[in-house]
Order: sequence, then structure tokens, then C-alpha cells
Amino acid sequence: MQWEVVIGLETHTQLQTKSKQFSGASTTYGAAPNTQACEVSIALPGVLPVLNKEAVECAIKFGLAIDAEMAPRSVFSRKNYFYPDLPKGYQISQFELPVVGKGKITIQVPATKSTEAYEKVINITRAHLEEDAGKSVHDAVEGMSGIDLNRAGTPLLEIVTEPDMRSAAEAVAYAKKLHELVQWIGICDGNMQEGSFRCDVNVSVRPKGTEKLGTRREIKNLNSFKFMQQAIEYETQWQIETLEDGGTIQQATVLFNPDTGETRAMRSKEEANDYRYFPDPDLLPLEVTEADKARVKAEMPELPQALQARFSSEYQLSSYDASTLTASRSLADYFVAVVNAGAEPKQAANWVMGALSAKLNAEEKAIADSPLSAVQLAALLKRIADNTISNNAAKQVFEGLWAGEGEVDAIIEAKGLKQVSDTGAIEAIINEVLAANQAMVDEYKAGKEKAFNALVGQCMKASKGKANPAQVNELLKAKLG
Amino acid sequence: MINSSLKQLGQQLASKQVSSVELTQAYLQRMTQLNPTINAYVTIDEDKTLAQAKAADARIATGDFGPLTGIPLAQKDIFCAKGWRTTCSSKMLETFISPYDAHVISQFDAAGAVNLGKTNMDEFAMGSSNETSYFGGVKNPWDFDRVPGGSSGGSAAAVAARLCAAATGTDTGGSIRQPASLCGFTGLKPTYGLVSRYGMIAFASSLDQAGPMAKSAEDCALMLNVMAGFDERDSTSVNREKEDYTRGLAALTGEQPLKGLRIGLPKEYFAEGLSADVAKVIETAIAEYKKLGAEIIEVSLPNNNLSIPVYYVLAPAEASSNLSRFDGVRYGHRAAEYNDLMDMYMKSRAEGFGAEVKRRILIGTYVLSAGYYDAYYLKAQQIRRLIAQDFVEAFKHCDVIMGPAAPSTAFKAGEKTSDPVAMYLEDLYTIAVNLAGLPGMSIPAGFAANSEGKSLPVGLQIIGNYFDEARMLEIGHAYQQVTDWHTRMPEGI
Repeated sequence: MQWEVVIGLETHTQLQTKSKQFSGASTTYGAAPNTQACEVSIALPGVLPVLNKEAVECAIKFGLAIDAEMAPRSVFSRKNYFYPDLPKGYQISQFELPVVGKGKITIQVPATKSTEAYEKVINITRAHLEEDAGKSVHDAVEGMSGIDLNRAGTPLLEIVTEPDMRSAAEAVAYAKKLHELVQWIGICDGNMQEGSFRCDVNVSVRPKGTEKLGTRREIKNLNSFKFMQQAIEYETQWQIETLEDGGTIQQATVLFNPDTGETRAMRSKEEANDYRYFPDPDLLPLEVTEADKARVKAEMPELPQALQARFSSEYQLSSYDASTLTASRSLADYFVAVVNAGAEPKQAANWVMGALSAKLNAEEKAIADSPLSAVQLAALLKRIADNTISNNAAKQVFEGLWAGEGEVDAIIEAKGLKQVSDTGAIEAIINEVLAANQAMVDEYKAGKEKAFNALVGQCMKASKGKANPAQVNELLKAKLG
Repeated sequence: MINSSLKQLGQQLASKQVSSVELTQAYLQRMTQLNPTINAYVTIDEDKTLAQAKAADARIATGDFGPLTGIPLAQKDIFCAKGWRTTCSSKMLETFISPYDAHVISQFDAAGAVNLGKTNMDEFAMGSSNETSYFGGVKNPWDFDRVPGGSSGGSAAAVAARLCAAATGTDTGGSIRQPASLCGFTGLKPTYGLVSRYGMIAFASSLDQAGPMAKSAEDCALMLNVMAGFDERDSTSVNREKEDYTRGLAALTGEQPLKGLRIGLPKEYFAEGLSADVAKVIETAIAEYKKLGAEIIEVSLPNNNLSIPVYYVLAPAEASSNLSRFDGVRYGHRAAEYNDLMDMYMKSRAEGFGAEVKRRILIGTYVLSAGYYDAYYLKAQQIRRLIAQDFVEAFKHCDVIMGPAAPSTAFKAGEKTSDPVAMYLEDLYTIAVNLAGLPGMSIPAGFAANSEGKSLPVGLQIIGNYFDEARMLEIGHAYQQVTDWHTRMPEGI
């Protein structure tokens, strides 16, 4: 049987606010235990929560960025359960009425060996504000568990998708896109190691072509894209094998073990808590007005989709190119810098998405750390455009620039890559090639178009790659009549 | 001196006829003598109290003082006070020393008032007789066999027995007004949101409100001047301009100072459930108001009979969540021995909470559970709005509503402890006011003889519209200008 995997994500993004969701305590990461736990963080008797306006602005920014429906009035609820790192015995979250409603994020799924790259729209169900719990520390005190409440009350925006993804690659593409977006709009630092961006992935499988969703298992707290990919692939395979062996899937929460690459159930949903949600009487409903939205919008950077539209219209880029170049703010900034330095946009796009991205990926470098500046890349593209070098030669110059061998013209000079555009010289080469390859000439004359390309190739080879290919084409065609 | 009004005490302090230390010592001495019997205070710390009195005297000496500077007050043990044991009369917090001040406490500190100690109460304010306190019941100063009411029973007994000049209380379903009625003094529950709840240990957050408990309406006005005001640490605190609640009191002179006042009498407040002797006292008081110029109008609060069932869904629901923080992890009682985390939770809470608190946690947990939420919690919220709407309708026809504050005079200790529903009916006339968020007060209106021939106080309840406290205090004050019930004190103590 053919199986289809169905995936939905819940992502906890830690908001970049100075203070906590409901108190003035600092949110700085890495302080000594319990030094950032004020009376509200500790949940002393009698303390009360006060909503952090900065966190609300972050939620509005996100809502605007995904073009979401936003609730003019949303409600904070209490999610009741006992846990040592949950000081109040309840978490303040949003349940029935979240601040951000339905929205959309367009993802770019990269090409693989067997599939083409494609775009897909992922529907966002909701995004709501809530507070983080503290941490249980099991190794600090011999024989005891410690509680660190520094993180307790840290503002989170939980972003929930519809079960729209159909492969680990789509899930990872979504997670990466979201990761870039929250950083783009400046609401989250994206630091996955410190837990600023944590994904829970719901995975189920069903026979391909059927509508009914299978029973899902939730993979908790994935903190790298690599682990996400591995975990989903393992989980999918496990579910398919379980069903094919005649077993059934129990709804469960599972953890991924990066050492073994396996997922394992931590608790089944049957034992799960009844959280007894009810509106928190300590907090008034959160009101977001059109004026609030307008004010926040005015402070926001140009959004990826707006930039994408601008790239398409101003630079005549394809929608795929435009969306790829706006996958991150740093990538978009780099591309714009190349164009502003005089490069032709389409060519600039090809090089930024092609050679440069490949090289960065291979060396695991962020674009901000590229050894090749946008100005250098633009200078290189100028030399292709004015026929000083061929595309092939340009690749060698690119390597030279990457390795820090100097500026573009100096490298062209040093490597002797200047293109031959002298008609006489090219004609001489063509004459030689035609004389030596009579069989190909005959084939061409008999109607085999391929033979022409082979002859061009021979000419280029004879010129050691320096002949201007366009000229070779033109002259060759003229000669062969 | 102990029977003086706050205004008189303030004048004596200002004119240096008496120092705050002398005044404070007089109360402390009285407390030493009477508190072992009455049990109004659960924590007394003479050193801390006298240090505050000295500081107050220093302020008075420099001329930097206000109406309450140097005046000794009792604080309900529901308010966190820095350095003071703050217990909510629960074993759970028996050893808890608060590291911070509640808003109300810091307001009184800033005003220069002196804290005489923390007063007894029903455990976590759950009760109407003060009998659920871990530290034992409180005696009604008018009859030691009887309860002072609750939950602010310690503050009530302290005011009635003159163990303080005035006190603070909190009122979630009647916890200021019912004890004020049973102990014969003036108590005001302000509009929800007028006094910050910050640092006041939460019972039912949407209903809890702090207020003054004092001999007279004028004293309550002076207390409220200090307590009321916006506090950004409480999101439900209302941001409105500060008022002087004493501003209209002096003008209430002449034959008919309340001419034009329309008093609504809800027929539901004078129906079954009200004892005849209390009804008689209330009727006499209403007649007095007529003499003062008021017009009497019958109004109706048709959903009042639903207020107790609604309250006993909503208040326990909120309480079950509010009390979850008492888990033995960070502070408060932790069982001495336990096997694992769950065992620690269960033992610590089983040992730390009393029976009434457990009952309400169970009810609250039940009504919020999946499958029951809609039928109980949501339904109760809907009826709560109907109850509030009743008052909106009534206030179209009258300026204030009057009636009894409690269905009977003080009952005997132990009389209702085995019947929680009978105990809950104590709040028949007070709970709807909390559900609607309105201000309500109880003023002494006379005495009714009980079966043993002993005279016990009866309170008249005055319910005002939102933020109408100043007017209500004027109405109380006008009555207290022509009656002397509020100056009576129990004989023999």
C-alpha cells in the first residue's frame, strides 16, 4: 500500500521582550538560578499578573506578517496542572480566543535528486500568547531535584499550523521559513540551542488517497532542523511498519533521541491531564484595535512577501526566485546590495541562489559571514556582462574571490581568463576545427542539429575556454551556411 | 480614648495630647488582656508595632503627617506584610513570613498608620463564622458563646471590642458586611476594582475586594481615602481619579439632609429566610431614613435566589486554581515524609488545608472539569450577568438599595458547622453585590434580643451604584448623626 504522512507543527517562539509576560522580571538567558525570579515569577501568595505590552506587540507583528485574522478581543485562560517548575499551579495561556487567528505562510521546498523545488502554502490555525514554565534541574544537588524559576513567566507565542505538510522536507521547510520570519520581524532571536524556538511535531499516516486522518503522535521539543527531519522520518516509518504489521497507533507524546535516531512514547494521552481551562479573572480581555495594528505596522520592516512582490515587479524575477531570495532578511539584503552595486538583477539572482548559496551551504556559513562581499560579486557579474570573461571562467574567479586572492580584475589577469573576442582569432580556430572534423560537418549538413553543438564544443576546447561562445556560435553558423 | 473616632484620635495626635506610642501601648495592653479570650489576632509583634508608632511620632513632630498618621490599626491576615507572618489562618502558611507588602499595607505605611497585628479569619477567607480558622474561632465581643461572623471575624471582633482603632477586611461574598452586622460596627465593601488586590491572598479573584471595618461611616471614609486608588500591579484595578470620601460629610446638617434620596427596598430581601427580629430593626431604621427626607420605593432583584448557587460554583472554581500554588514546593507547609512528587503534593495539601478549603477545592475542580464546565461554570457566569442586570434595572428607580446585611443576629459557635448549606445562607443578602461588583456597606441599626434575652447587634445594608462610595458613606453618616448605635460597645470588656 502507498502511505501518506500528515504533519502539523506547534512552535513555541520565545519573544524578544525585556521583561516577562506578566511581570517586570528580566528575561536574559543564562543567569544564575532563581536570580531572575521576582515575587510574581515565584508565585508568592497574593501576587497578580500584569500583561506585558511589548509581548502583545510581538503577537500583532506576527499576525500582520502572516496576514492573519486578528481577534479584536482575546482572552487569557488558566491551564491548570501541578508541576514543580510551574509555580502558580497553572499556566496563563490563551485557549478559546487566541490573539492571532487564521493566516498563511508560503514555504519553498528545495529540490532533491528526484524532485523539483516547489512552493506550498501552509495554513496557520492560530497563534497565542502564553508564559513559559521554569526548569527542573536534576544534577545540581546530589540526590535532589532543584527548581530554577528564571525562565518561569517568559513570554511565548505558540504558533499552530493545520495538518498541511506531507513530508519531513515540507515540515522542515516550514520550520525554517517560520524561523526566518520571526527573526525577520524581530520578535524572536531564533536561538534553538537556548530554546528560543522549539517545535512540537504531530505526525500521522494514512493510506494515500484517503481523507480520514490517522491517529497522531506528537514529537516534543525538537530543537534542530536536522533532528526534526530525522525524527519525522523515523516516526513515519515506525507508524507505517506498525500498521502494516497489523498494529494500531495510540495517541501519544513521544521524545526523539538524537543518539539513537529513534522516537519513544513518554506518556499516552489517556493519562493526560484535564487542564480545566477557564478565563483568568486576574486579567482583562486583551483588546487589539485597528489603531494598534496600524501603529505596529508602521514600525515593522518590509515583509518578505512585500519584498518578494517588489523583486518580481521591479527586477522581473520569477516568483520562485523572488521567494527564495526573500527566505531570510540577510539573503534579501545581500541580493539587493549586489543589484545596487550595478549587477543585472536576473544574473545577480542566479549567482546568489546558485554558486554563492551552494558554497555557503557547503562550508556551513551564514550569508552574513560570506567572505565574498556583495560589491565583489557585482564586479564579477559586470565582467561577465561586458564579455571580459565567460561564465565558466567566472566560476574560477568566484573561487579566487572566496579564497581571498584579490579583486576581480586582478584575479582574471592572474589566471589569464580574459575571453577572446577578436573575430579573426576565433575564425582561425573555427577553420582549424572544421578541417579536423569533416564527419561532424557532414552530419550537420545532413540535418543533425546536435553536431553543431559538438562543433561549438570543439571550438571552445581549442580556445581553452577563452573564446566568446556567442561569437563562436555566430561565426560557425555563418561558415556552415 | 478607645471609643474615640479616628478624627478625634487624629486631632489628639496632631495636638500632641497623646503620642502614637502611648495610644499604641494602650491598645497593645488591651490586646494582652483580651486577645487570649477573644482570639481576634493571630500574630502580634509589639516590637514591630512600637517601631512604627515611634516613626509616626517622629513624622508628627516634623509636621509631615496625615489623618491616619500614628493611628493603630488591625490588618486582616490575608494581606501580605513584609517581615510579618502572613497565614490566611491556614496551617499551609503557618510559618510563612512575607517578603513583600500588599498594596493596602504599603498605602497604610505611607500614611503613617501603625500595624497592631494580623487578625484571625476563616481559612483562606472561606467561611461565615471564623470557625474554619486553623488558629481557632473568634469570640463575638457581644456574647462570647457566639461567632463574630466571617470571614473577617478577627478584624470584626477587634473593632467591636476596641482592640484597634479600625481594621481592614476583605469581602468575597459578604466577609466584611456580615461580620459588621453581627458585631455592630460599620463595614464597607467597595466597588470591585477600587482597592488594589495586589498582595491580598486570592480566594476568588473576580469577587475579592478589600475594604475598611470601623466604628462609623466617617471612620470608614478616612480609611478608604488611604486604601482606594489605582495600582498598575493589579490589572483589575480601575484607573480613576482619587476621591476624598469625607468631602460631603460635613454638609449633612438640618432637618432633612437626605431630602430627595430614593431608597429601594428589594422585596426579595424581606421574604422567607429573614428572622423577624432582624426585620423589625431594619424597618425601624428605614423609618428613620424617611425622617431624614428619603423616599422609599419597592424594587425587585428577581434573581437574588440564584446568587448563592452561582457563587458556590464560581468562587470555588477560582479558588481551586488560586490555591494550586500552595504545593509545598517553594514555601508553605510540606509534609515531613513522602515517597515521590505526587505523594509530596497530596500529603502536603491534605495536611495543610482544612476541611472547608478542601471542600471548595473539590467543588471548584469538579465544576471546571471536562464535561461539566458548560453545565456549571459557564451557566453560572451567564446567571451572574442576569444578577448584575437586576441591579441595573433597580437603580433606574432608586439611588441606593437597603436591606438586612445578614438574615439573623450572631449564631452560636458550632451551631452551623455541620451544615455547610445553612452556613452558606448567611450570605443571602450580600453575595449578589459581589457578583455584580457593586459597593455595599453595613451600618449598626440597632439590637435584637435573642432567645436567651441577650441583645445582639443588627446591621443595615446599603448597596450603592458603581463607585458611589462617597454617597453611601454620606447616607450612613447622616443616619449616624441622629442615632448612637455605632457608638455602643459591648459591656464588661
